Amino acid sequence: MQIFDLATADLEFVAEVEARSHQKIRTCYQCGNCTAGCPYTFAYDYSVSQIMRLIQTGQKEAVLKSRSLWLCGSCQSCTTRCPNKIDVALVMDVCRHMAREAGYATERSVKIFADSFLASVERHGRAYELGLMAAYMTRSGRVFTDVDLAPQALMRGKLPFKPHQIQGREQVARIFERFRKGGDNV
Amino acid sequence: MFKIAYYPGCSGQGTSLEYDSSTRAVCKALDVELVDIPDWSCCGSTPAHTVNHVLSAALSARNLAQVEVMGMDKVTTPCPSCLTNLRTAAHKMEDPGFRTKANALLDVPCNGNVDAQSVLQVLTEHVDLELIKSKVVKPLTGIKIACYYGCIMNRPPELMRFDHHENPMAMDNLMTALGAEVVPFALKVECCGASYGIPRNDIVTRLSGKLLDAGRDVGADAFVTACPLCQMNLDLRQGQINHALHEKFKIPVFYYTQLLGYALGLDRAVLGFEKLCVDPRLALGKIKQPAQAR
Ligand code: SF4
Ligand code: SF4
Repeated sequence: MQIFDLATADLEFVAEVEARSHQKIRTCYQCGNCTAGCPYTFAYDYSVSQIMRLIQTGQKEAVLKSRSLWLCGSCQSCTTRCPNKIDVALVMDVCRHMAREAGYATERSVKIFADSFLASVERHGRAYELGLMAAYMTRSGRVFTDVDLAPQALMRGKLPFKPHQIQGREQVARIFERFRKGGDNV
Repeated sequence: MFKIAYYPGCSGQGTSLEYDSSTRAVCKALDVELVDIPDWSCCGSTPAHTVNHVLSAALSARNLAQVEVMGMDKVTTPCPSCLTNLRTAAHKMEDPGFRTKANALLDVPCNGNVDAQSVLQVLTEHVDLELIKSKVVKPLTGIKIACYYGCIMNRPPELMRFDHHENPMAMDNLMTALGAEVVPFALKVECCGASYGIPRNDIVTRLSGKLLDAGRDVGADAFVTACPLCQMNLDLRQGQINHALHEKFKIPVFYYTQLLGYALGLDRAVLGFEKLCVDPRLALGKIKQPAQAR
């Protein structure tokens, strides 16, 4: 168990999470309701209520380097059940944004999957599964576990060989372009 | 006739073809007119909102803007993940500051006044259950069904504002009306592992395995679901789950629209039972044939 010293609290970090999520992290009284309902706890390094406490105590490094941020499935159980009406799933989302921006990605495969997905949307305007899988394998260097599923899906006509090209795909590409140039997208 | 804009979502073009085709067929049979959004684009799904909320909202808002151009103010989608994105975008864009930032990424600005609903909500709130009952030609008598809603169809309640967030009943009521026996299923709103099938397959096999196990425990012949991702995790990945957990699950996972269409006697071709990975014939065979009139 890692030990954290309250004297090392990074108060700017606390303020930033609160500002970007519009949530009052300080009202969390550690009841553990969010953790109790979180289906991903078994895979987390810090449970979701522990993340909340680490934010409260300004442990920026520990939060942004946590694997839990990347594994949260956005299932909204924590948000729905928090007695203090904290949108906990949103806080997890915002911390993941901050981890990305700081260059952390402790679950690399999850980041690569998201990046490959968005690259596919940027290119075609819609998600294109086969292209996404190829891109994922190239970027991650992993032959993923789904190779066994492809024939089944292909046989049922569920994996189109060609992307659906939409007329507005340049409009969609421009959304990404402007986003990257933007800077003020928080 | 109830008329509403329709957002099929990317999976409807690929991994959930049968959901899209059965949705269109049942809506038609129940006098709900779906008007496709011309040239719709991807809502960004989960990846977009885990990267940035303005980007995510803009990807959804491009579609909401198209709905506004159509002169409509309501859109429906079969997919809960698309629904969450569309609703979240519309909600966030009520804030003028946020709206300015999202619109700055778009060619055509969006006012964000479009209300998005799931097809399940449309069928629940705009179609009378008695009317559905009156149109049933093949009652689902004899089959035992676990209704699985997935995590985000009804949560968080302040955003989704449909049915109950811990114990939703829309599909239960529908299946009961069609004559099926609905078994008590405690994990209605638990997460199946979402989109981690590729990057963290172990998470999906564990969470989806738990669902299949709970369904088997209560004697379900089949699952019904309203979510393409849930359906894929439980059905297409059932073999992976069996392998990982040393199990022998063989439970078909239908879209609720497939069974609704079946009960309404719609053309088998649009229902797409042959697209399911776990063979549904055994489960469908439990349905008692209506006594022939002599
Ligand atoms: S449910 Fe809310 S108050 Fe309780 S520990 Fe989680 S965030 Fe804190
Ligand atoms: S939204 Fe994330 S943190 Fe919250 S309960 Fe679901 S998986 Fe856990």
